[in-house]
Amino acid sequence: MAVSAGRVATRRTTGEPAISAENLVKTYGEVTALAGLSFAVAPGTVFGLLGPNGAGKSTTIRILTTLSRPDSGTATVAGADVLARPDAVRRAIGVVTQGSGTDPQATGRENLLLAGRLHGLRGDEVKARADELLDRFGLTEAAGRVVRTYSGGMQRKLDVAMGLVHRPAVLFLDEPTTGLDPQARADMWAEIARLSTQEQLTVMLTTHYLEEADQLADRLVIVDRGTVVAEGSPEELKSGLRGDAVVIELAPDADLAVAGGAVEALTGLRDVTVDGRTIRGRVDHGASAVPAVLAALERESVAVAAVTIARPALDDVYLRHTGRSFAAAERVSA
Amino acid sequence: MTTLAAHSGYLTGRLLRATLRQPAFVAISLVQPMIWLLLFGELFRRVVELPGFTTGSYVDFLTPGVVVMTVLFTAGWAGMAFIDDMDRGVMDRMLASPVNRMAMMVSSVANQAVTIVVQGVIVVAVALLLGAELAGGVLGVLVMLVSAVLLAAAFASLSNGMALIVRTSESLIGFSTMLTLPLSFLSSAMMAREVAPEWIQAVSTWNPVDWTVVASREALSADPDWPAVFVRLGGLLAVAVAAIWLATRAFRAYQRSL
Repeated sequence: MAVSAGRVATRRTTGEPAISAENLVKTYGEVTALAGLSFAVAPGTVFGLLGPNGAGKSTTIRILTTLSRPDSGTATVAGADVLARPDAVRRAIGVVTQGSGTDPQATGRENLLLAGRLHGLRGDEVKARADELLDRFGLTEAAGRVVRTYSGGMQRKLDVAMGLVHRPAVLFLDEPTTGLDPQARADMWAEIARLSTQEQLTVMLTTHYLEEADQLADRLVIVDRGTVVAEGSPEELKSGLRGDAVVIELAPDADLAVAGGAVEALTGLRDVTVDGRTIRGRVDHGASAVPAVLAALERESVAVAAVTIARPALDDVYLRHTGRSFAAAERVSA
Repeated sequence: MTTLAAHSGYLTGRLLRATLRQPAFVAISLVQPMIWLLLFGELFRRVVELPGFTTGSYVDFLTPGVVVMTVLFTAGWAGMAFIDDMDRGVMDRMLASPVNRMAMMVSSVANQAVTIVVQGVIVVAVALLLGAELAGGVLGVLVMLVSAVLLAAAFASLSNGMALIVRTSESLIGFSTMLTLPLSFLSSAMMAREVAPEWIQAVSTWNPVDWTVVASREALSADPDWPAVFVRLGGLLAVAVAAIWLATRAFRAYQRSL
């Protein structure tokens, strides 16, 4: 029953956003967690909510998963209003909370069976589904062990499996890789990427890892102090910066003055600086600018040791939109 | 209603399995009531010589009292499981799922009920070994267990509701201790009502803990006053249902604070 409700919700939202938030405001006493947050998530995509700790990411997830109510604003998930029809939302979503939602005293299989049954799966169906997920997340061998004995990575996998047991239309992942070692994080990334491409699942994830948002999200919003400061695909956000950085390393016998003059004369290359044997500049499309740079230097017989192009990182995007570096924001909120 | 029953069943299974996987906890829960019966039985052996005690042996008198104290000290801590779930993230996952809220409360109560019945049976067995007569027989013991379960339902629900509001184990321990000790001493659990000061007698008339003790003691006597028993069982049932309902409302308070 719950499963069919989820499917209905998926069908109905085709064409409309799987998640939409409009002007969400939430305050805790004096502290404003959300100050008018708005965004929309297309079905079947991975949507990232990126921001430092304390930016309002978890508050947003709690509102969208019906755990918390906004002071004002509206939100719909899988076609249902979170305030008016919380039960419809709950049937359509899978939630992986920060920390862990697994019961440490129960085995992996028991955790999955309980999650499935509470979502209305019964009998052989829930058992088959649990076994399928255990297999898929590589937990079959550990299925009979109590979760207390699992590693952090295994618990996180079980968490995600529990969020998927009833085949939700929308999966919420709140900081899915926090506290995982690099290998477990890479595994989790691969799994999340697979969910959206193969299963048409809408995934919303929060993260304070720039790299994670860059890797996984089709679109993302950067949240700072409870509002959206930038929105787009990681590529769009990065190309919204003033282009790629081009770094030219000259050979030891090169004539620095001639080289500088040649590079500065090129059109399209901005912000040229000469620092010892290194010339830096910015250009709209780094890859297409390289041949022109090399040709100009060759005409002046300047020997080049190396040319590198650096794509702007989300770090730069964050810096540009909030006026502070991501690491600094993390330090303030910690 | 079917959802409530089904979800209560699944969640009770979860709690019972978790209990059985902690052998030390099981052992302590089983031994503790025995120790109370033995200790208090020895300490107060001659207290029955005071006027006001109607039973011949103090063990007979004390058996329902120990069962009731076991209820308070077991069910009073029910909320600790809720706090574990909150700290872990299980609570948020549950509340973001279509789980029936009242089933979360009912399953906790059912888990307590199973524990209480097992503990009650052990107390009865030890009492018989110590020479108690328990003239009311099997029926009397059953009535005692039913009233103990109803009291456990009320206390477990209060403990759970409080857990949802205070959200830390320290505060819950304080609340539970503050509630259980006075309520057991403001009853005839350890001492005959007639021996207690008048104000305690007056207070105990309205104390569900005392209703449990009186209903059990009557049912276990040779010639029970059944109307008195049923009035108290009815009162306990009403308190238990009200407590479950009230505690279920506390989920809203918890979610408001998120």
